[in-house]
Amino acid sequence: MALRPVRAWAATGLLNVSYDPTRELYQDIDRSFSAAWARQHVGAPVQIRTSHGGSGAQARSVLEGAPADIVTLGLAYDIDILAQNGLLAPDWQKRLPHNSTPFTSTIVFLVRKGNPKNIHDWPDLIRDDVQVITPNPKTSGGARWNYLAAWGWALRQPGGTPDKARDYLKTLFAHVPVLDTGARGATNSFVQRGLGDVLLAWEDEALLATRDIGPDKFDIVVPPLTILAEPPVAVVDRNVKAHGTAEIAQAYVEYLFSEEGQKIGGKHYFRPVNPTILAAFHDRFATTDTFDIASLGGWGTVQKQHFADGGIFDSIYTK
Amino acid sequence: MTAYLSRRLGLPRRQRDPLPGFGLGLGLTLFWLGTLVLLPLLALVSRPWQEGLHRGLLAFAHAAHDGRILSALWVSFGSAVLAALFDLVPGVLIAWALVRSDIPGRRIIDMLVELPFALPTAVVGITMATLYGPTGWFGAPLARLGVHIAYSRTGIVLALMFIGLPFIVRTVAPVLRNLPADVEEAAAILGASRAQVLLRIVLPALHPALVTAFGMAFARGIGEYGSVIFIAGNQPFHTEIAPLLVVIRLQEYDTTGATLIGFVLVAVSLLSLAGISLVRRRLSRGVG
Repeated sequence: MALRPVRAWAATGLLNVSYDPTRELYQDIDRSFSAAWARQHVGAPVQIRTSHGGSGAQARSVLEGAPADIVTLGLAYDIDILAQNGLLAPDWQKRLPHNSTPFTSTIVFLVRKGNPKNIHDWPDLIRDDVQVITPNPKTSGGARWNYLAAWGWALRQPGGTPDKARDYLKTLFAHVPVLDTGARGATNSFVQRGLGDVLLAWEDEALLATRDIGPDKFDIVVPPLTILAEPPVAVVDRNVKAHGTAEIAQAYVEYLFSEEGQKIGGKHYFRPVNPTILAAFHDRFATTDTFDIASLGGWGTVQKQHFADGGIFDSIYTK
Repeated sequence: MTAYLSRRLGLPRRQRDPLPGFGLGLGLTLFWLGTLVLLPLLALVSRPWQEGLHRGLLAFAHAAHDGRILSALWVSFGSAVLAALFDLVPGVLIAWALVRSDIPGRRIIDMLVELPFALPTAVVGITMATLYGPTGWFGAPLARLGVHIAYSRTGIVLALMFIGLPFIVRTVAPVLRNLPADVEEAAAILGASRAQVLLRIVLPALHPALVTAFGMAFARGIGEYGSVIFIAGNQPFHTEIAPLLVVIRLQEYDTTGATLIGFVLVAVSLLSLAGISLVRRRLSRGVG
């Protein structure tokens, strides 16, 4: 029997391993990328599957052999771990524009409708009558952004030192009644169970909650200074080589930076990095001052300092 | 082959085991037990030593002084003991009602008892947190009385009680069923009061089953993760359970640290199960 080229018959499969809040975003991206790819490559359709979960847990599953062609995770540290284990090049973050981050987000405060506790800025979170909901930074990537937003803000105050920032965080976490293990769990505690006065959340999650879940229940407060959250994307070199999907995986990640991809991101409440397209969405994204993770020393340093066993986060919980 | 050889050599024929398929049965048992239970356990138990005996011992010494690990173990084991103990009374009552009485809808109750086995534990945890949370059906009135169940150790015990209850009922019910009702009737005819029948006739016969039931509910409670993390509050030193600490260590990509806690959980569980089995055998001998 003559061998026929299989590719013409079966759709190429592509697996994107992503984190929790991108479910709706990548559903949309996958659909429109497949259509665009099919237009350019007649007879070679692509079928994309995307898996979601906590960013760290997803990275570990790729580390243990999940056949991801692409990873789109909540923080660069989780992809760094994959690079350290040889799954992709150490300089992966330089291979795509904007630190390989097609969409950014930021950390905002979600409060009850009408802002009854009058919460506007970070110092308001440690007032006696305020309870804060944020997940455990040890188990949730999103919570690490929350924590670092608070840390960076405290450092940047007049006379701010690491010691003072640590004191602020210690007080802040004394106002956290429940440490959920993931961002979605924390959102549930705040939204469904009515716990706490303010939820620290990704801007995209907060916008989703206010626009789609309960427009009459919540308000978003954007603090005057917060962190620029950069959830990056990368092609997993070792896996695409094994699957023969290098070309299409590269096309997929580049598509995220294209005009079309950027628009889809904006539609799902992620801030597009393309300034023109960001401007088109100016009515949903408040302007605010931000600092990035590099200004705090980068993920390698931050992870070791704050979230390693016995790090600063552990030290604020003492008996 | 050996049988053929021994016949040719005139050796006495080996006595065949009277159980048919004994060899096959034993082989299959050992194979499944080995691959499903022993192998994963072995992998877990050997992991802390993979970087050398010295490193492993050091890690243990470190963990033994880590207040956070000790607190988490204390919360896990303490809550599991309490939950299993508190489950005994309702468990025996339900078992007794199912076996002895003919209440309407008995079969439905019988089925409901097993529900905690089937439900995803996360569903249990989320439901309980919603019910007992500060705005929940039970939580709101209780909060006005100053009682807080969700996000406290009470919440952990409550979740574990839910998970553990069917173990008690399912262990005690068959024993009760085999306990002839005439014995209770005879005691009553001879003038024993109801309390005396329960305390002197029924309970002693149930002792071994109760110990087994307690052991199973307890062992289940130690490892329970899904339901507890939603209702516990997960505050370090206070409501953080050992399995959560395992997940936290994994999140730090610290596999050794995670397996270390797993190792302690396995070791203590094994020890307590062995102790319980010893107590049960003593009790059985006393009764039988």
